[in-house]
Amino acid sequence: MLSELGHLPMDFLLLAAAVTLASLGFIAGRLRAEQFSFNGDEHPNSRPNAHGYFVLMWSLVPVVLVGLGYTFFGEGTSRAILRSELPAGFSILSPGELTTYIETVARAARMPDFLSGERVFDTVTDRYGEIRGTLNLLTLLLACVLSFGGMVLARRSLSPAFRARQHVESGIEWFLFLCAALAIATTVGIVASLVFESMRFFAEVPVWDFLFGTRWNAQTSAEFGALPLFFGTFMISFLAMVVAAPVGLFAAIYLSEYASGRVRAIIKPLLEILAGIPTVVYGFFALLVIAPTVRTVALWINAQLIAWGLADGALLAAQPTSALAAGIVMGIMVIPFVSSLSDDVIRAVPQSLRDGAFAMGATKSEAIRQVVVPAALPGIIAALLLAVSRAIGETMIVVMAAGQRARISPDPTSDLTTITVQIVSLLTGESEFDSPKTLSAFALGLVLFLVTLVFNLVAITVVKRFREKYE
Amino acid sequence: MSESSSPPFASEKALKRLRRRRAADRRFKWYGRLAIGFALSALALLLASIATQAVSAASYHVVAFDLDVDRETFGNVTPDALPPVDEVYRRVHEDLLARFPEAIDDPAKRHALNGLITRLAVLPEARAIVRDRRAVGAVRHVRLPLSDDLDLYLKGAIARHLTVPVGRVDAVQDVETGTISLTGEGAFTRLLTATSLEGVPSPGMLGGGSVLLSAGLSTLKASSLDSSGASGTLLTGTLQDFRTHPVRAQLILAPESERPVTDQQIAWLLALKADGRIARVPHWSLLTHTDSTQPELAGALAAIVGSLLTLLVTAALAIPVGILASIYLEEFAPRNRVTGLIEVNINNLAAVPSIVFGLLGAAVFLGAFGLPRSAPVVGGLVLALLILPVVIIASRSALKSVPQSVRDAALAIGASRMQTVFHHVLPLAAPGMLTGAILGMARALGETAPLLLIGMVAFVAEVPRSPTDEATALPVLIYSWATQAERAWEPMTGAVILILLTFLIAMNIVVVFLRRQFERR
Repeated sequence: MLSELGHLPMDFLLLAAAVTLASLGFIAGRLRAEQFSFNGDEHPNSRPNAHGYFVLMWSLVPVVLVGLGYTFFGEGTSRAILRSELPAGFSILSPGELTTYIETVARAARMPDFLSGERVFDTVTDRYGEIRGTLNLLTLLLACVLSFGGMVLARRSLSPAFRARQHVESGIEWFLFLCAALAIATTVGIVASLVFESMRFFAEVPVWDFLFGTRWNAQTSAEFGALPLFFGTFMISFLAMVVAAPVGLFAAIYLSEYASGRVRAIIKPLLEILAGIPTVVYGFFALLVIAPTVRTVALWINAQLIAWGLADGALLAAQPTSALAAGIVMGIMVIPFVSSLSDDVIRAVPQSLRDGAFAMGATKSEAIRQVVVPAALPGIIAALLLAVSRAIGETMIVVMAAGQRARISPDPTSDLTTITVQIVSLLTGESEFDSPKTLSAFALGLVLFLVTLVFNLVAITVVKRFREKYE
Repeated sequence: MSESSSPPFASEKALKRLRRRRAADRRFKWYGRLAIGFALSALALLLASIATQAVSAASYHVVAFDLDVDRETFGNVTPDALPPVDEVYRRVHEDLLARFPEAIDDPAKRHALNGLITRLAVLPEARAIVRDRRAVGAVRHVRLPLSDDLDLYLKGAIARHLTVPVGRVDAVQDVETGTISLTGEGAFTRLLTATSLEGVPSPGMLGGGSVLLSAGLSTLKASSLDSSGASGTLLTGTLQDFRTHPVRAQLILAPESERPVTDQQIAWLLALKADGRIARVPHWSLLTHTDSTQPELAGALAAIVGSLLTLLVTAALAIPVGILASIYLEEFAPRNRVTGLIEVNINNLAAVPSIVFGLLGAAVFLGAFGLPRSAPVVGGLVLALLILPVVIIASRSALKSVPQSVRDAALAIGASRMQTVFHHVLPLAAPGMLTGAILGMARALGETAPLLLIGMVAFVAEVPRSPTDEATALPVLIYSWATQAERAWEPMTGAVILILLTFLIAMNIVVVFLRRQFERR
């Protein structure tokens, strides 16, 4: 009986309960308020609907809270209960195996009438179904009781003098605040999960070895020296900026200082298309076009060097996937990040500065180079920092076009790996976070988060200062 | 300021300096033009390379068959039975064997013949037979997709080849079993010129390409060739065809060992083509099939539905929360430390790498909360957190653009702050907010990395029906197809990218339209 309740469509039932109880609350509140308006000598403070919404609010909030709690903690709680009830014989399983076992049980319990034929497994599955059923029943009961209680209490506090609208409005304001606070909660969640899992990792691998070790071999949980990954990330971001910085900057200068309004109106959206193309498409482009081209050119250079007697063997590695290919494509991707923001800051430089330069006899390019760009420099640097941060955190291009080999090599045509590539390859297809292998991905994530955070914060502060200076 | 009118105190040196400065000025302008030219040509190259691939995948080759769905074999098929794939495939195989009897006694050739159509290609037909009872006892005209490598060969994407007409030959002789020689005065001069121009080593030489001579439904592989005669082994068909039909030659530049299609398979293709059984048709199965291990059978339907379900969850969460959060920050928040912190935090969150959100999803949603792996609901939650800052920032700027006078007017006639915002400010800011929401959704549609970390990369052969089913998404499908080894996946990937870009373009068109409407007011 109880295990049958485990199959209840809880999301639907909770939603139905919320809708029903909320409507009931509204009707109850409004009916009560209408009584005042018909027979009251007093003029009621709020209109009947406001009273209705007040009761609705107090009957809806408990259901929503219980429902959220059930969604996020229901599965975990029932698994924890099951784990504590398992007989002693299961202690031979390692924690990881036990988690996998319970995962399988939970999956089997979701299927109606599932029987594996193995007695122990079926018993455990049945027990799990019972736990789920009990939990479902309790959740529904709790939601209804709390909501009903809230409804009764709220209805009781209604009176003609009751400031229902003000209460409803402050309730809404609280809800708005919670929505805004979700952004904070996200950051807290990111930091907490990264730090928590990283601590577990650093309990097994010393921080020093991780940050300064030069050998990375995480797939076999053997070596965790992340320096080659940092080098690869740095190298590819550097190559990307070699492409993006001059192109983005000159494009911004041309658009803001030279181009006519019509040209600007066409070119600027075209450049911004580059920022709107999904990164996986850039990855495909790198794999299909740029990487083979880089390889061909590198092979040609090798052959020329040998032909001219400048080298005895192949000088460039000329790998099928290379840091240079990933760097070029990533550079193309971040061009609009540089050009768009630089364009904004250059346009924000007051016209009087340009006029002053012209009055001194400067040509247009001299005015730009010696007056406008220096004045806009903080903003331009911020744009470059944001672009670097974007390049460091970019994943799909490097996953597809940079390679998997962790090594430190100054040759741009060799394949390098990056922080993001390793995070993806360590965590794809993994659900257990209990080996150093998977935990190392979180340590890498923490490094990535902190580095990009510094870049972003500096850039955001600089831009803000700059705006305040000229606006 | 021409130089003739320059004032007398301008010395030769000063004029020279002026010319240098003006040249520098012109150069500087050109740097800007070059930069824009570079960026735009990179964009053009990217779009062109994808379009080329997509066009190649937009159509594919199918082979026509008449399947005899007889009562003995298929009579007992019931609607709940497994589709009779093996039985249908046997019919196809028998049909091909009857057409090409040379493969009957040769296991290697039989294997090569099976390579024309893969076994799974008949699955839709087998399903149709199960579904439709009237199919049993009748002959079905079906068209089955040709195997990926042969399809690419016919499209000219692998093993470059060209066809040279030879014309009628004077005499055809059977030298020994299977070996025939063709003679005709000067008949092969043109072919010889073509082979030497294309750098094909003379036939029969080790490591060279192949020359296939075909007439009617028959094909031979040339082993020797001169201007007045050719001889070689008959791959398929009869001697007779060479007497009655004009001869055409197919030059294949790559050696047989370096390409995935054999000369024998090409000979069969030529015969089927001459028979009118091969047609190039629009590749609709890209939109109606789910993922497959065979490129010619794979489609993006499951990924499209998966993406839509994910976006549904994202939209349901990110749009209302983002708009409400922006209303709080813009209209209600007191200017204090907490608000300042939230603001810096939102700006920073917008620049956090997307993969970090994937780590959050893996650790919190999958690890701590135990939500199902590979499910659109988790993908949607993660993407919602990812685009929340985008939606908030766009909505705030929409609220900022509403004139203060609107608020003052509402407050002056006694509206509460809540009424002012919801009755007067929000309707005016709505188009701008919608724009931001759509741009956020477009960003979510293209995100790949976070979805990889929460397991939405699994091979999904079933169309997901609810947000808690196993699913994948369009960008993830692109990633997994692009990293496959077989050549045939490249055009397929290009086609899926085109589908994804179509969705994105549609969203952006809506945004442009909204902006126009909004600005006009």
